[in-house]
Amino acid sequence: MLRIESRGAPSRLFAHASPLIAVAVTLVLCGALFVALGHDPLRGLGLFFIEPFRSVRALGELAIKATPLLLIGLGLALSFRANIWNIGAEGQFIIGAVCGGRVALAATEDTSGAVVVAIAIAGALGGMAWASVTALLRDRFGASEILVSLMLVYVAEQLLGYLVFGPWRDPAGHNFPQTSLFASTTAIPRLVAGSRANLGLPLALGLAGVFWVFLQRSHQGFALEVGGLSRSAARYAGFSSRASIWIACLVSGAMAGLAGAIEVAGPVGQLTPHISMGYGFAAIIVAFVARLSPVGVIFSSLLMSMFYIGGELAQSRLGLPKSLTLVFQGLLLFALLACDTLIHHRVRWVPRQRSVTREPASRAKEPPEPERSRG
Amino acid sequence: MVCLLPRASRRPTQLARRRSMFAPGLLSLAMLAGACKKDEPASYSTESKGPAPVAKGPLKVAFTYVGPVGDAGWTFAHDRGRQAAAEKYGSRIATSFVESVPESADAERVFRDLIDQGNQLIFGTTFGYMETMLKLAREFEDTRFEHATGYKTAKNLRTYDSRTYEGAYLAGVVAGSMTKSNVLGVVASIPIPEVIRNIDSFTLGAQSQKPEITTKVVWINRWFDPPKEGEAAQALINQGADVLLQNTDSSAVLQTAEKAGKLAFGWDSDMSKFGPNAHLASAIINWAPYYERAIGEALDGPWTTGQTWWGVKEGAIDLVSLSDKLPPEITAKVAELKAGLQAGTFSIWKGPIADQSGKAVLEAGAVADDEYLHGINFYIKGVEGTLPASK
Amino acid sequence: MTGTLALLFASSIDAGTAVALACLGLLVNERAGVINLGAEGMMLVGAIAGFATTVHTHDNLAGFAAGALAGAALALCFGVLAIWLNTNQYATGLAVSLFGMGVSAFVGVPYTQDSLGERTASAIPILSDLPWLGPALFRHHPLVYGAALLALGLHVWLFRARTGLVLRAIGESPETAHALGYPVQRIRFACVAAGGALCGLAGAYTSIIYTPLWVEGMTAGKGWIALALTTFATWRPLRALGGAYLFGGLTMLQLHLQGQGVNVPSQVLAMLPYVATVLVLVLISRNRGLLRANMPASIGKPFYPGA
Repeated sequence: MLRIESRGAPSRLFAHASPLIAVAVTLVLCGALFVALGHDPLRGLGLFFIEPFRSVRALGELAIKATPLLLIGLGLALSFRANIWNIGAEGQFIIGAVCGGRVALAATEDTSGAVVVAIAIAGALGGMAWASVTALLRDRFGASEILVSLMLVYVAEQLLGYLVFGPWRDPAGHNFPQTSLFASTTAIPRLVAGSRANLGLPLALGLAGVFWVFLQRSHQGFALEVGGLSRSAARYAGFSSRASIWIACLVSGAMAGLAGAIEVAGPVGQLTPHISMGYGFAAIIVAFVARLSPVGVIFSSLLMSMFYIGGELAQSRLGLPKSLTLVFQGLLLFALLACDTLIHHRVRWVPRQRSVTREPASRAKEPPEPERSRG
Repeated sequence: MVCLLPRASRRPTQLARRRSMFAPGLLSLAMLAGACKKDEPASYSTESKGPAPVAKGPLKVAFTYVGPVGDAGWTFAHDRGRQAAAEKYGSRIATSFVESVPESADAERVFRDLIDQGNQLIFGTTFGYMETMLKLAREFEDTRFEHATGYKTAKNLRTYDSRTYEGAYLAGVVAGSMTKSNVLGVVASIPIPEVIRNIDSFTLGAQSQKPEITTKVVWINRWFDPPKEGEAAQALINQGADVLLQNTDSSAVLQTAEKAGKLAFGWDSDMSKFGPNAHLASAIINWAPYYERAIGEALDGPWTTGQTWWGVKEGAIDLVSLSDKLPPEITAKVAELKAGLQAGTFSIWKGPIADQSGKAVLEAGAVADDEYLHGINFYIKGVEGTLPASK
Repeated sequence: MTGTLALLFASSIDAGTAVALACLGLLVNERAGVINLGAEGMMLVGAIAGFATTVHTHDNLAGFAAGALAGAALALCFGVLAIWLNTNQYATGLAVSLFGMGVSAFVGVPYTQDSLGERTASAIPILSDLPWLGPALFRHHPLVYGAALLALGLHVWLFRARTGLVLRAIGESPETAHALGYPVQRIRFACVAAGGALCGLAGAYTSIIYTPLWVEGMTAGKGWIALALTTFATWRPLRALGGAYLFGGLTMLQLHLQGQGVNVPSQVLAMLPYVATVLVLVLISRNRGLLRANMPASIGKPFYPGA
């Protein structure tokens, strides 16, 4: 039978290889799924992994999709490292979009291009403010940040709906629930002609570097990590867990808000009820697949956007349903979690022993008397 | 999801070339038919399987849908129209569709991909695609775009819509005669003029049978959300409504009415099978006449921009599957009204009509024109409640 | 007016039953020390399994059974990863959620046009004709009553039965329970499966009885609400039932208020249930003693039997 044994010390080989193995396993499973659906697996996989790189425009689309995932993923990676489970990044994204959108609405054709900076800052502040509710309730009252931040997602959605239906509705818009289009000066500058990729991408990459420095080299980053791994150790070392809560929430909220602002001022250009595309939730997977490392988040956000775009192409070219993307994402996460166990455990084939050993070794050490309990 | 007919990647002008394309064409058709069969619900047929492309190459027409084809409502109706057009034009066109395209930045990518694949006529079937289509229309001047329920046009972008309020009025006439509590309910989606107009028209129709009728409205702020639609229907029933209308896209309202022993209508498509006891009639949209005309114009010319708004007269709106429960005089009345709409002798929005405060919004004898109808953003007398977030 | 109130009460109970069933399942999980964030995914696979089965067999019971099985199957995937391999329970639960959402949508594509045929309303013969109580309490589907009985049964079992005590012990300190000889992992597996079955049943109830349709994502966040409710209820089954009904009530209330013409924007009304949940969470959590006294101490922590 197969037995899972602890390695004792984590295996460095698997720590690096596990995401790659997970991706490979997912690929195989995806290919099998394609075959089961009656499609050529190579063609199907090609849609996911080759098509998105085919042209400048395609690369731009990849960048557009990856940027918010990267931004939010960075924030979440930091937050999860501190063991603060900010599941509500989606809500912070929405509020960031709302705040950025408000600034954008105030701009006109004559406003200087620097308004883009104002929009980004407004978005970050908005996301931070929304996340601070979660932080406050966790800090003062001990309320679970998972549940509070999640409930706030729904509240944020309704708030967005209220604003675009009501006070911010475009007066020339025939009563449709949307704001007027933002002035062209508010558009985040594009990187390359012929693609929609904008400055958001280099900004995100730059921030990844900042996060790496913070987590790997700064004192506070270290404190956050220790706090995430062991509360008592952190307390013993004098690291404030309260500070951790606030930093984690505010930073991840700011990143999500920034992503929201860039999304509305970039590809969308107005506020509608549909700006939230589930990025906040997808970024959770991104952070995990990246194993909570800032550099890893760059790659995993690219991977995730490949899944999204590939899923769309599979829909429009092969007639496969949209839900396939979610299936693949779930499979990837499963595979990653399973592969991760290989870091701390090894799998061994143990021939059936004659003595009764239901549970691993330690039980055998117990005195061989009849069970007292009725387990 | 999409079912593509074999595409002509080139335009073979000779028989010899056509034969060599036959095999790959067959193969792709087989593959795609296989894909189609697995994904399509069994209850209706897939689109026409035309023969291999003709000499000039079929016109590639694409449809983008906001919801799933299986919603039995809005998107389903569009797809029925597409199928009808595909059948009519056979091998002269090759239709395809993409469903569940969100009304967001992602839509642009889908549209661009459709253009990349050589589609020359693209239908966008929901309001939220407006900005995207406008942007792409400016960029791709050779492609023709048709946008449903929008209001922005361009040289190669035109809009089309249906007079759903006529269906709502006819349903109102039926509702007015069948209600016992004199309270009607509407499960409404999003407070845009079209929906408000439908609520008002429904009430007008009912009031033509029983002037003392009132209408309650619950807004769910979504087009398609069956659980919420069901709950909204239940809330209306709880407050005394015994005949329900919906402006949402699923059959949940009808099913809730069925369970509660009340009455309701189908909307956008024939929903009679979803609530055999509750179903009074279905106010449907028939997109086939418009799609046939639009594709015909694209094929044979002239295709010019503009805004089209069709109703009962053109065959785009109808009240169908009238229940056997209806007394014969009502069935006759509905037929009479339909004839009047077709002939142009009957107008629904004809004064005097008053709003909730009693102020006349349409003077006696005045007939509302299209511009007036487009701007309706008030409740008429008899509708209870306040419009959400009205300025 | 009282008639409407009675009906509102009844609708609240109906609306809250799915959440209640899921919450009770999660409660069993969490009492054993395992937190399964995949409630939404399990509910959805239960919903599609139940719906598809009922479409083919025209038998509601078969549908419920299928839904429960589907939920349990997905939960077992979770169990393999989180209990046996000791992966991070939160991440695994999330993966289950996403996967369940995707698989259910995927499998459900051919079923979006289907209907379940004639539905009959249920009513208990004499009691349902009582003036106010009749419509309020006695016209529900049997599963609604089942959920209430289950809550009662769980309460009795957890706090009065020996096996319930064992479960709570495992939740408090699996190491101690293990030292006493209880097969902790096996019991946790069983709990996870049971929790998954209940979530799947909740989903099946949603798609067969509550809104007899299939639409992808039709549970619309009920799984997450159920998760919140376990904390809300301080892990006590009867409170979970009450909380679920309260949540259902708030959902229906905002729709009723609209129908009454209350002049508050509908979106603000729609926020009500969620804001209320946050408020109650805060109230419950601020009393650290209350929380500590009730929360199973080993939730989310990995357990190594060999360690």
